[in-house]
Amino acid sequence: MSKWKSITGAQAVAEAMRQINPDVVAAYPITPQTPIVEQFASFVANGIVDTEMIPVESEHSAMSCTVGASAAGARAMCATASQGLALMWEVVAAVPGLRLPIVMPIVNRALSAPINIHCDHSDSMGATTIGWIQIYSENAQEAYENTLLAIRLAEHKDVLLPVMVMQDGFIISHGVENVEIFDDDAVRKFVGERNPDRYLLDVDHPYTIGPLALPDYYFEIKRQQEEAMQNALKVYLEVGDELSKISGHKYPYFEEYKTEDAEVVIVVLSSTAGTAKDAVDELREEGKKVGLIKPILFRPFPYKEMRKALEKFKAIGVLDRSIAFGAYAPLYTEVRNALFESENKPKLQSYVYGLGGKDIFKSDIKKVFEELLSGNVNPEEQRYIRLRG
Amino acid sequence: MNIGTNKKIQWCPGCGNYAIYSAFKNVVERNIENGKLIKENIVLVSGIGCHGYITNYYDLNSFHPIHGRVPPLATGMRIANDLLTVVGFAGDGDVYAEGMNHIIQAARRNTDITMIVHDNSVYGLTTGQFTPTSPKGFKGRSTPFGNPERPLNPITLMIVSRGTFVARGFSGDVKHLEYLFERAIFHRGFSIVDVIQPCVTFNNTYEFFRKRVYRLEDTDYKPNDFEKAVEKSLEWGDKIPIGVFYEEETDTYEKLVRGHENFFFNRDVPDITEILTEKS
Ligand SMILES: Cc1ncc(C[n+]2csc(CCOP(=O)(O)OP(=O)(O)O)c2C)c(N)n1
Ligand code: SF4
Ligand SMILES: [Mg+2]
Repeated sequence: MSKWKSITGAQAVAEAMRQINPDVVAAYPITPQTPIVEQFASFVANGIVDTEMIPVESEHSAMSCTVGASAAGARAMCATASQGLALMWEVVAAVPGLRLPIVMPIVNRALSAPINIHCDHSDSMGATTIGWIQIYSENAQEAYENTLLAIRLAEHKDVLLPVMVMQDGFIISHGVENVEIFDDDAVRKFVGERNPDRYLLDVDHPYTIGPLALPDYYFEIKRQQEEAMQNALKVYLEVGDELSKISGHKYPYFEEYKTEDAEVVIVVLSSTAGTAKDAVDELREEGKKVGLIKPILFRPFPYKEMRKALEKFKAIGVLDRSIAFGAYAPLYTEVRNALFESENKPKLQSYVYGLGGKDIFKSDIKKVFEELLSGNVNPEEQRYIRLRG
Repeated sequence: MNIGTNKKIQWCPGCGNYAIYSAFKNVVERNIENGKLIKENIVLVSGIGCHGYITNYYDLNSFHPIHGRVPPLATGMRIANDLLTVVGFAGDGDVYAEGMNHIIQAARRNTDITMIVHDNSVYGLTTGQFTPTSPKGFKGRSTPFGNPERPLNPITLMIVSRGTFVARGFSGDVKHLEYLFERAIFHRGFSIVDVIQPCVTFNNTYEFFRKRVYRLEDTDYKPNDFEKAVEKSLEWGDKIPIGVFYEEETDTYEKLVRGHENFFFNRDVPDITEILTEKS
């Protein structure tokens, strides 16, 4: 039987980790990730999970420790945010090449400097090119379910790649919602046990992880990683179908909200999609044909499917919660890329919003829709929402 | 002379940081007035944590970097400009966990910087997890089952890392803190004062330490013997010493590298031609 619990996004992820029951969790505290680890530490202390929990001395050690455990054959998890992700980056970047299926919840928080503890996506968007699968969650429920899905996706033999599961710092991590926690037995059956075909502690089949590869094989290994990424597109849907049987929910690459007869849409990730849905509803009542696309799987990016979904609109506004200084913003870049092959390109407009936790309101999103409807767009211009003049 | 700012102080009432704040303020104001310090030449660096707010409350040049990196930043500033008086404020999490290796390198390098460690044996800002100086068994938010690790001893560590001025202070004794800060600032070379700084919210140790601390300066202990200092640093029980454990005058890093000596060529490096022509 599933249970409804009034919990935060951070606690929802801790619930997923409770059901996953990883062998090892290593972490270092950082706002706003801390409550995930604290909640999980209480599960460990109360004997609810069998996990070896190691609160280490830095994020660099946290990811190194997770890598060691995963290489030894364990199901190992870590969690972090912002500066923590930045500090562990050296190790994070090595994980995909090591083909270790580590799942790491990320609570999105702005990067220094200036130091800031609030939400934007500059932390995880800085890690989009190194071979981690990335899944973005709108709310606590999604963060919970995406974490469960991620375990199976990461460990699938055609994938064997690490996964980051994102939720918005404070907005989701510290906000309380009703979350449906699925039946323990059903979820345990779904996540199963990690069953690596090779691991370090298999003394009958000794092998080495991470040795030198020069121009002889390095390139080939990277090519294999890319193949695994492409496989992840298929496996994501398959694993999602399986999870659907427990949850009754769907796990598409992106969510389409009131898009059927829409003329203009907004594309936006994570919690802002929730606000945007309200804006869509209100504008619909006024008879305006507006809709929303919320990408969920960001790496690998489903270009073909996205193109098919987007090319029918007249205008698209893409809202990014990070800047790619000197280039188009990350989500906008992907939307542009997806539409390149289209013979029927909609008009595009890029917006940057919410850096360092600057609020975005329904009224701001409505203004964006009005702008898109008015046709006042310029695909080469980056516009800013609620920036002080 | 007032080097305070009008920023509202955000520490919890009773926090051990207030003692550090006022002791340092008194020392700096006094020495600016008597001409021993030049206000414009003082630079403060503070880590990330409750302690890190301290730089907001002084009207002095300051830099608030990322978590754990106070010693290398202070080193860089000092090496770039000999005129500066560089003081780093760091937390026990900051300097003995996240950025642990830096303080060891800074100590043995002997750059003329002063490190003041707000050692509350807890990550205060992230709300109460254990740190490398928390006692074994410490129950914090990340260790509800009790911390299984043994604590490190910063004083021993700093002495054996060849720090040239190593002291321990206590927030419950502000006068003594002033004495230690003054000596540390004017020590030529690396100096560190590890201040026992009770965190009233997550680790209130005032009572524990009040009962136990005594000043080394009230005894006949002399801080000039390396081995005796190591031994003294290990004293931790019913009685806990505060004061200067070890002090040594030796050339600073900046003096050595600016002394127009080229260490690379002065080192006893074997002649490479010999190696290349050697028959194997
Ligand atoms: C790379 C990184 N990891 C984690 C954090 C989160 N964080 C902020 S302060 C802090 C610990 C503070 O502890 P301490 O240095 O002892 O300072 P105190 O708050 O006790 O004064 C941590 C872990 C961070 N800012 N950066
Ligand atoms: S939490 Fe502890 S260290 Fe931080 S201000 Fe409060 S008493 Fe001081
Ligand atoms: Mg501390």
